This record gives sequence, C-alpha cells and structure tokens, in this order.
Amino acid sequence: MNQRKAVLPMSARYLINAALCLALILGLKGLSASGLLSDYFTKILILVGINIILAVSLNVATGYLGQLPLGHAGFMAVGAYTGGIFLKSVNAAAMSGAPLVLTIAAAILLSGAVAALFGVIIGVPALRLKGDYLAIITLGFGEIIRVVITNIDSVLGFDFTYGASGLKRIPKFTGALNVFLCVVMTCLVIHMVMKSRHGRSILSIRENEIAAESCGVNTTFYKVMAFTMSAFFAGVAGCLYAGNLGSLQPGGFGFMKSIEILVMVVLGGMGSMLGSVVSATVLTILPEALRSFDRYRMVVYSAALILMMIFKPSGLFGDYDFSLSRILEKLGVGKKPAGKEDAR
Amino acid sequence: MHLFSILISQIINGLQSGAIYALVALGYSMVYGIILLLNFAHGDIIMVGAYAVWFSMAHLGLHPIPSMLLAVAASTLLGVLIEKLAYTPLRSAPRLSLLITAIGVSFLLENSFQLIFGAGAQTVPNLISGPSLQVGSVTVSFSAMLTILVSVICMAGLTFLVQKTKLGKAMRAVSENMSAAQLMGISLNRTISFTFAMGSALAGVGSVLYLCTYGQASPTMGSMLGLKAFVAAVLGGIGSLPGAMIGGFAIGLTEALVSAAGLSVWKDGAVFAILIVVLLVKPTGLLGKPMVEKV
Amino acid sequence: MKRYNENTRLVPVPSTSVIPDRDVGKLPILECRHLGIDFGGLTAVSDFNLTIGRTEIAGLIGPNGAGKTTVFNLLTKVYQPTRGIIMLDGVDTAGMTTAQVNHAGIARTFQNIRLFSRLSVMDNVLIGLQDSMSYSLPAAILRLPSYWKQEKVARERALELLSIFDMADLADHEAGSLPYGAQRRLEIVRALGTNPSLLLLDEPAAGMNPSETAELMENIVKIRDTFQIAVMLIEHDMSLVMNICEGICVLNFGKVIAKGTAADIQNNPDVIEAYLGKRKEGE
Repeated sequence: MNQRKAVLPMSARYLINAALCLALILGLKGLSASGLLSDYFTKILILVGINIILAVSLNVATGYLGQLPLGHAGFMAVGAYTGGIFLKSVNAAAMSGAPLVLTIAAAILLSGAVAALFGVIIGVPALRLKGDYLAIITLGFGEIIRVVITNIDSVLGFDFTYGASGLKRIPKFTGALNVFLCVVMTCLVIHMVMKSRHGRSILSIRENEIAAESCGVNTTFYKVMAFTMSAFFAGVAGCLYAGNLGSLQPGGFGFMKSIEILVMVVLGGMGSMLGSVVSATVLTILPEALRSFDRYRMVVYSAALILMMIFKPSGLFGDYDFSLSRILEKLGVGKKPAGKEDAR
Repeated sequence: MHLFSILISQIINGLQSGAIYALVALGYSMVYGIILLLNFAHGDIIMVGAYAVWFSMAHLGLHPIPSMLLAVAASTLLGVLIEKLAYTPLRSAPRLSLLITAIGVSFLLENSFQLIFGAGAQTVPNLISGPSLQVGSVTVSFSAMLTILVSVICMAGLTFLVQKTKLGKAMRAVSENMSAAQLMGISLNRTISFTFAMGSALAGVGSVLYLCTYGQASPTMGSMLGLKAFVAAVLGGIGSLPGAMIGGFAIGLTEALVSAAGLSVWKDGAVFAILIVVLLVKPTGLLGKPMVEKV
Repeated sequence: MKRYNENTRLVPVPSTSVIPDRDVGKLPILECRHLGIDFGGLTAVSDFNLTIGRTEIAGLIGPNGAGKTTVFNLLTKVYQPTRGIIMLDGVDTAGMTTAQVNHAGIARTFQNIRLFSRLSVMDNVLIGLQDSMSYSLPAAILRLPSYWKQEKVARERALELLSIFDMADLADHEAGSLPYGAQRRLEIVRALGTNPSLLLLDEPAAGMNPSETAELMENIVKIRDTFQIAVMLIEHDMSLVMNICEGICVLNFGKVIAKGTAADIQNNPDVIEAYLGKRKEGE
C-alpha cells in the first residue's frame, strides 16, 4: 500500500468528504427553505435516516462481528424510552435556542449510552454463546425488554413507561437536519473504528475465532465492544424515533421490528455499510412510494430474504464499500492507494 | 382446600399447554438434530394447520374429524415443501444463511396468511366436546384430557419410530454424521424430508389440540407458540427428543404457576428468563450433548 | 549472555522494532512436565515431557492420530490440559487463555489453514501485529496522531515480515484467494507478527511440492536465525524434519516413545517399529 505513490494526501481526502457532507446539509437547508422539500418528503427523509442508523448499527454485530443478534429492536426501545423520558422530565418542550439544541444532543447521547449499557449487560453473558444460541438468547433478551417496558409501572407503582397505553407527548424534536447529522456521525464513527486495530480485531473474530485468539486477539472483549457499539447507535436511532413520533408503544419494538432491520442488513450485504445504507433507503422509500404496496410489504420482504439467501447470500453489495478514493481513481483524478477511505 | 384446588387446576392447565409445547418442541429438536437448523418456520406450520381446520370446517363444511386429518396432512406437506424449496438449496451454505432463510419462511407464512385471511382471529367453536371429569372440587375438561392423552400417544409413537424402525435408525445415523451415513447407503434427501414430515405432522397434531383448547386461529398465533416451544426444546437440550418433551411440560407448568401467582402479565417474561438462565448455565440444556469444535 | 548480532539480520528491523533483542541464556523457552489431557474417558496425550531451548528447532513427529496437534492445542490452551505443567520462559501458563498464551510468547499455524480469508493479506498480518499498536478507541475515531504513527510503523513492519517469503507485493490481495502454499506462508508471517518467542508450525509443508518444501526449510532456519526464536514443528515430510530439526520428539498413542537428535531417532528401534515401519536394507 505504502509503496505506491499517494498523490492525494489523507487530509485532502477528509476535506473532500467533509465538503461533500457540508454541501448536502446546505442543499437540504436550501431545499426546505425554498419549500421544494415538502413536509411529506421531510417525514420520509427522517424515516430513511433512522432506518439507516438502525441498519448500519446492526451491521456492526451481523456483518462485521459475524453474529446474528435478534434483539436489535430491544436496544432501540431502550434508547427511545430513555430519550422520551429524559426529554419529558427536563421539559424540553418549553425550551428554545441553544439550551434546546444542547438538551437534544444530551438526549441523543444519553439514549445511546443507556442502550450501550444494556449492550454490555446483555452482551457479556450472551456473547459466551455462539451462532444459533447467541441468536436465541438475544431474541430472549429483546422480548424481555419489551415485556418489562410494558409491565414495569405496576411494579414501580408510579408512571414511568406508561406501559401498554404508551409514552405520549414527547417533544417532537427530530428533523431532517439532526437526523442527517446523526447518520453522518454514525457512519463516520463506525467507519473509523472498523479501519483501526479495534475494527480489524472485530473482523478477525468473524473470519476465524480460533485463529484470532491464537493471534492474541482478546475475542471476548472485542465481541462485547462490537455489540455495545451496535447497541449504542440503535439507542441513538431509538431516541430519534421517539422524537419523530412523539409517542411510544412497547408493542412497536418486538421481534418483528428486529427482523425488519435484519432484512435491510441482509439485503444490502452483510459487512457492507454502503449496502445497509442503500437497502435501508430503498426499503423505506418503496412502501411510501407505492402506497398500495404497504399491505404486501412484509410478504415481499420475507420472500426477498429467502430468495436472497438462496441465490445471492452475500447480499446486493457483498462486502463492497463506497470509497471516494476509488471513485476519484477511476475518474483519473490521481493515483492513490486503494484503501477504502470513505467518510460516509 | 380452595387454594389447593386452584393450584391443581392450574397444574392441569399447565400440563395441557405443556403437552402442546412438547409436541411442537419435538419438531424443533428433530430438525435441529438432523441438519442443525433452528427452524423458525416451525411455529407457523401450526398456524397453517389451524387455518386448515378452520377453512375446511367453515368454508368446505367438513366434519371436524376429516378437517383435523386434513390439517395434519396439510402441515406435513407444508413442512416437506419448505424443506425442499427453501432449505435444500442451502444445505452446504453457512449456518447463518440457513437461519435467516428460516426466519424469512416464518415471516412469509405469517404475512401471507394475514394478507389472505386478514389480521383478525378466526374462531373454531366446539371442535370437540365430551364429558369433563370431576375429581373432588377439581374439574378436568375433556379437551385437557384429550390433549394430554393424544400428545403422550404421539410421543410414545415417535420414540418407537426413532428407536426401533429402520427409518429411525437412518435419522439417528444422519444426525450423528451426515457424510458417513451417506457412505453407508442412507439417502440423505429422503431421511431429511422424512424428519421434516414427522416434525410437521406433530405440529399439525399440535395445531388441532391448540384449537381444541383455545378455539381460535390467527396469523401470528404460531410466532409466540413457536418461540415458547422453541424455549422448551432448548431447555430440554436441543436435539434430544426426551428433552423436548420434558422441556415442553416444564414450560407449560411454569406459565401456569406464574399465572396462578397472579403475575400473568409476566408469563412471557418468565419463559424467556428461563431460556436465558438455561443458555447461560448449561447451554446444551438438560439432556443435550455438548459439541466440540475440531481444531 | 550473548547479545544477538545486528549483522545476522536477514530482514532489517526498523528502529521502532516490535522485536526486542533477546538473550540467548540457558533458561529453556518451553518446558512441559507430565502434560496430559483426557477427552471423556479417552486419554489423548499422557505424561508428555519436553524441553525446548531458546533458539532450537524442534520436531514433533508420529503416526496419524498420535496426538501431535493435540499437544499444540494444549500448549496454546485451545484445550485446557487435564494434568501437568507448561512453563513458558519460566512462567507457568496455567489458567491462561489462548490469547494470553500468545501474549506470553507462543504463536502458531494450523494444520487446516485458518486465515482471515476475506481480509487482505496486509490485514491478516496487521492482526498479528495487533499488540504492537496501543492507540485507544477514541484515538482511532478521531484519527489522532498516535493512530497514524502506530499504523504506519505496523504497516512497514508487516511489509518487512511479508518480504521474508517475498510476499510484500501480495499485500492488497484477499488472503483466501492466494494459492495454497502462499496461504501456509502467510500463516507463518501472521504468527511472526505476534512477536513470539516460540513458533509452532503444524505441518507447514503439507501440500507443497519438493522445491517449495526446500525453500520452506531454508526459510524456517532463516526465521530462527533472524528472530532468534525457538521453532517447534509437526511434519510428515521426513526430509524436512531430519534436515532442520535439532531435536526430535516422537509421539505414538499420546505417549513420547523417543527423544533425541535426528540420528538417534533414525536408529531407535521403537521408532522404527511404531512409525517408520520395517527398516529397508541399505538405508
């Protein structure tokens, strides 16, 4: 890699990526200011963004770590309820300006942190198991989270999650801009981690656990790390989800939701962030674009899942990832190392 | 005495639902034993069986008995069909792909039935009726007796089949070592299909018993029932047939006792908590065999 | 104490080398005493005693199923021994995990190649070089200077290690796409990356043709000379074992039946009977 001439230095590549993100943000702002971006499209964009975060975060555990957790919606629920309860208790609805921005940022981080804490609590015991057993135990944990959220109030004796009737009147803070920022941050952080010694350790566990251990990789630690990272971003997505809907029902975070996220990851290609992004986008827009299609959505999803496994188990993108460098290289902008250095 | 009779009747309820879990758990265990697949679609085969009973009674106007036989036949056929269409092409694929496919099949069945018959439940009243048994202050319903009796007969039959017949021997051989069994002239496809057929037939019987007990069918009935039966199979030691039976009854009894303690909303939570404890303390379950990876 | 001579290095080690100079003292690098393991009722290895010097090349031979790979699995704690002690560089490895044993200084290759096949050759070696890097997770996310510095050193080191087998130009290839022999060599490079003091090679010449085997022999000696480490290898290719192993241990049915130099082993009647079969006239 380093014997080749690096014509475009790393810093320049980061700058280009940052400029692209900024352009997208300004574009979004401009579109919504000019009224071209209707409320309806904003709504869809928000949903797309939340689903991208969910898919990309599950991809860490599924695609990179090579495990199959079936309780991702549980972490999302933890994040959603944390964010919702936090925002209600600090009375964010009455805030404006800088305090509001800070409160929202705090809510998102707190949601991620609490979900990550659950990730550690669940991950430490669950990750002692492998394959099918890990899938089932995470499924069990996910269901327990849902049961607890539904029934905890009767145990506590006061209103906390509002059980089956749902947590209502959460300040609706989620907008296209903060979702977009969260999507960028999620992808960026995950990308940076995966292209580091930590990420390589996670990948080595997927590739061959015994060999990884023999190379001195502390597999338990890195499994829990990947799992926790996955949970953190699921929590972030949950918080955005709460801020988007304004009310939460525990029933919405069942096994079905976990599978919906899994479908996005599998169709996109396990191990490909680009795949997760594209398939989350398509699978969110498609049912919206074809209203009548909504009824058939889950049927088509599940059929697609089966066909994908039989005919192209690696998913649409395999583990191919977007690389700005590679695109520039193809465009002939300059010969650079073939590292996958995307920041998106 | 009053508390005691409540307890006894709850235990009977527990045995009744436990019998159904046990039948379904057997299917999970058999399939896992032979191709190491958690057949997520297994619970939905019960749902299809229940719909078959409802459809043949409500729309074809059949008598309950032929409807039940039809349901068992439909379940069996469906099980084999799923195996042939979805799992056979993936026999040499990574286990993860197979597991995802099974989840896909499960969701396909649930959502197609929801699309065709609607999300609501279909009631099948008075499928079977008979005299109930009165022992002191405890009433044992006819459906409870029938359910427990039928499931015990099925389990005994299955045990005989697996232990004493040629096909059973073939099944055990394939689950022990697939390639060695093939070299001994055992037809892999036939044995695996047969295993699916047996498991699905048991699920079909389970669906009939479910209808006798609860009297209604809905597209998502299989998912929770399947998950709990699956917990039962794991508890007993997945791959072990006696384990599945014990696990089924244990789960049924747990649920009944949690309900008897007035904590019925925590019923599902308790079942999954058992799952987690078993997996953490003894992942191979009560009667399962440990698996060692060859280095 | 003999310091290891800078001029004998075949591969130049950078100044920020992850391989420190080692003393070649008298303490053996590995000492096994009464090592044994049972699987259920079956005793796979029993009363295994072995001492390996700091820079020795040792051979572990024996018929199929004799328990050779099991010994490797015991040394690396893939299996926990039922009985006995393993002293590595004077430290008891009891209670260590596979990863900890690797940190303590044992690296290995596998009989059935276990590469990270969907990752690049470079990434495979970098995972071996894991411990040469110490930057934190935040440093990785924020791409702090420590990340760039350590990654650069590790990449250079990886290329150097690859160049032992002339594989530096394959760095960007997917490990799984390499030819069989190259995969075996890559496994050795990856193991070397972990900076071992004892390298365990499980049938390194399996599937190689005679010229590749000859080259491998040279390289094993070169690795020992360059890194001043001990090498223990399981091999069925007798020419390789007899040519480069200074000490040979013969295992049969989980028990050591002979130990000694190549000449000792070749003339040992037990070995001839158990392993080499009937001796042909004129050999």
